[in-house]
Amino acid sequence: MRHVALLARLKPDDEEVARLADELSAILAYMGRLDELDTTDVPPTAHAVPMVNVWREDKSSASLGVEVVLANAPQSQNGFFRVPKVL
Amino acid sequence: MSTLKITPLVGLEIHVQLATRSKLFCNCTVEFGAKPNSRVCPVCLGMPGVLPVINKRALDLSIAVGLALNCRITRHSKWDRKSYYYPDLPKNYQISQYDLPLAHDGYFEIPSNGSMRRIRIRRAHIEEDAGKNIHDTPGCTLVDLNRAGTPLLEIVTEPDISSANEAHTFCTELQRLVTYLGVSEGSMQKGHMRFEPNINVIVEHSGVEYRTPIVEVKNLNSFRAVRSAIDYEISRQVAGWEADNDYVLGNRPNENRGWNDTRQVTEFQRPKEAAHDYRYFPDPDLVPVEIDDHWLQRIRSEVTEFPLARRGRFVAQYGLTDADADTIVSDRATADLFEAVLDTGAPVSIVSKQFVNIWLKIANARHTTMAQLGVDARRMGELASLVQVGTVSPTAANQIAERMPDTADTPEALANSMGLVQVQDIKAMEKWLDEVFAANERTVQDALTKPKKASGSIGFLRGQVMRVSGGKADPGLAGELIEERLKKMSE
Repeated sequence: MRHVALLARLKPDDEEVARLADELSAILAYMGRLDELDTTDVPPTAHAVPMVNVWREDKSSASLGVEVVLANAPQSQNGFFRVPKVL
Repeated sequence: MSTLKITPLVGLEIHVQLATRSKLFCNCTVEFGAKPNSRVCPVCLGMPGVLPVINKRALDLSIAVGLALNCRITRHSKWDRKSYYYPDLPKNYQISQYDLPLAHDGYFEIPSNGSMRRIRIRRAHIEEDAGKNIHDTPGCTLVDLNRAGTPLLEIVTEPDISSANEAHTFCTELQRLVTYLGVSEGSMQKGHMRFEPNINVIVEHSGVEYRTPIVEVKNLNSFRAVRSAIDYEISRQVAGWEADNDYVLGNRPNENRGWNDTRQVTEFQRPKEAAHDYRYFPDPDLVPVEIDDHWLQRIRSEVTEFPLARRGRFVAQYGLTDADADTIVSDRATADLFEAVLDTGAPVSIVSKQFVNIWLKIANARHTTMAQLGVDARRMGELASLVQVGTVSPTAANQIAERMPDTADTPEALANSMGLVQVQDIKAMEKWLDEVFAANERTVQDALTKPKKASGSIGFLRGQVMRVSGGKADPGLAGELIEERLKKMSE
C-alpha cells in the first residue's frame, strides 16, 4: 500500500493507509471474480474496439501560439511554464 | 590481486530522433531552436479529452531501422502508457511500447580489432520524447514543451559489447546507418541521438567469477562521453569489488548514475526502479498497429544499401583502399555522387584520387560536403577524363577544380581560359628543359653520375619543368624528354 502510494506521489497517513488497504483488497477481490471465467478460447486483446491502423500522414499544422498555451498556467516566465523546482 | 581477469559487459539503450515533420501523435511541427512553447497544441499539452493519432511516417522509418538491424518486425504491436512524474511531459505518462515493441531480436555488425563483431539487438520500440526542463533559475524550473511528443526510436542491445571503444564504434556506425537511411538527421548538436549504457563487469579471481551490480549511465549526448563514461565505470566497479568483495549483483543494488563531464566521473543518482514501478498499461486512446507483408515489402524496397556493405563493395569492386572507401562512403550523397561520376565513364583510379585529394579538400575549405559543392557528376567526370587523356596535368586539374564550384563552365573550357591545357609541343618543352637544366646543374650532374640518385633527380627536374611551365607541360612527355637529354649528355 505504501509502495503504491509512493509511486503515485501520495502521502496517506496511517489511518488512511489502513482504510485504503481494506478498500483496495475488496476491489481486487471483486476483480478476482473474472478468474472464474473460462478464457481458454478467447484471444488476448489490448483494446476494446476491434480496430487497427488508424493513423495520420506526416503533415504539420499551426500550433496554438505561446500566449494561448500559457493562458492557463499558474505561473509563466519569458514564454516558459514556471513550476516549483524539480530535482 | 594479481590474478584478476576483467570482462566488461556493456549493453546500450539508444534514443534516435526520427526525421518526421510533425510530432508522433499530433500535427505540431518538430523544429529545433523554435521559440519556447511555440510548437505546442492541446494533444502534447496533455489536455483532457484530446485524442492522439499515430504519425504514419514514424512507423515507416522505424520499420526501416528494424529491417536494417536484421530484426523481426512485430506484426501486431500496441501502445502503452508509462508513468512519468516530471513537468516536461504534462500528461503524467509517456506513450511508449512495452511488451510488443515494433522490432525485436536482430543484430548489428560492427568492425572491431580488424574483424566484424555481431552485437545482438534485443528490441526497438517507438516512444514520444519529453519536453525540456531548465534549471538555471534559482528556486524554480522553467519548462519548454516544444520537444514533448517528438518521435523517438529506442534501440536496446544485448550486453554483447566488451569495451568502451567497441561501444563508441557501435554508436558511430549506428549514426551512419540512420543518416544513410534518412531515418534521422542524426545531429549530435541537436540531441538527435542520446545514449544510456548499462555496464557491469565479470571479475574472475582464483577461478571464481563475480559479477558487479549493473549501472545505467543516463542521458549521454556525445560519442566521447559514451567512451569516457564506460571506461570510468569499468575501473570504478573493479575498484569497488576489490575494496568490498560483497559488491556483487544481488548483494548490492543496481543503480542509475549520471556523467559529470567536467569532473570526468559518474555520480550516483538513484537505485534503479524495477519495470513494474512504471505501471505500464495499454493506452486505450490508440488502436494497435498491424503490419502485413505488403507493407514490409514496400519498406524493404525503399531501404538502400547499408554503409558498411557499401564500403566493402567499394574496396572489392573499385579497388579503393579502406581509408579512401571510408572517406567516400562517409555520407550517402557523396557515395552516390562518386558512383554517378563513374557512370559517366570516368576512370576509377583518377576519380578516387580526385575525390580524396581534391574534392574533399575543397569541400572542407568551404565547410560543406563534396556532394554539396555544386559540381555535378558530369563535370567531375569530365575533369577526371581530361587528366586521363593528358589534356591537363593532375596539378592543373587541382587548379581547375578550385574554380568549378563557382562557375557552370566545363572543365575543358576552364582549362583553355586558364591556359592550363598541357603543352605537348616539343619546341616549347625543349625551351623549358634548357631553362631547368641551366638552373640545376648540380642535380643534372647527380643524375648523370650517381645511379642511386638518378630517379630522384629526374623526378626533381620534371617537377621544375612543371613549375616553369606553370603546370602546362605534359608531365609524361617532360619525363621522357629529360631522360633522352640525359642519355645524350652521357654519351
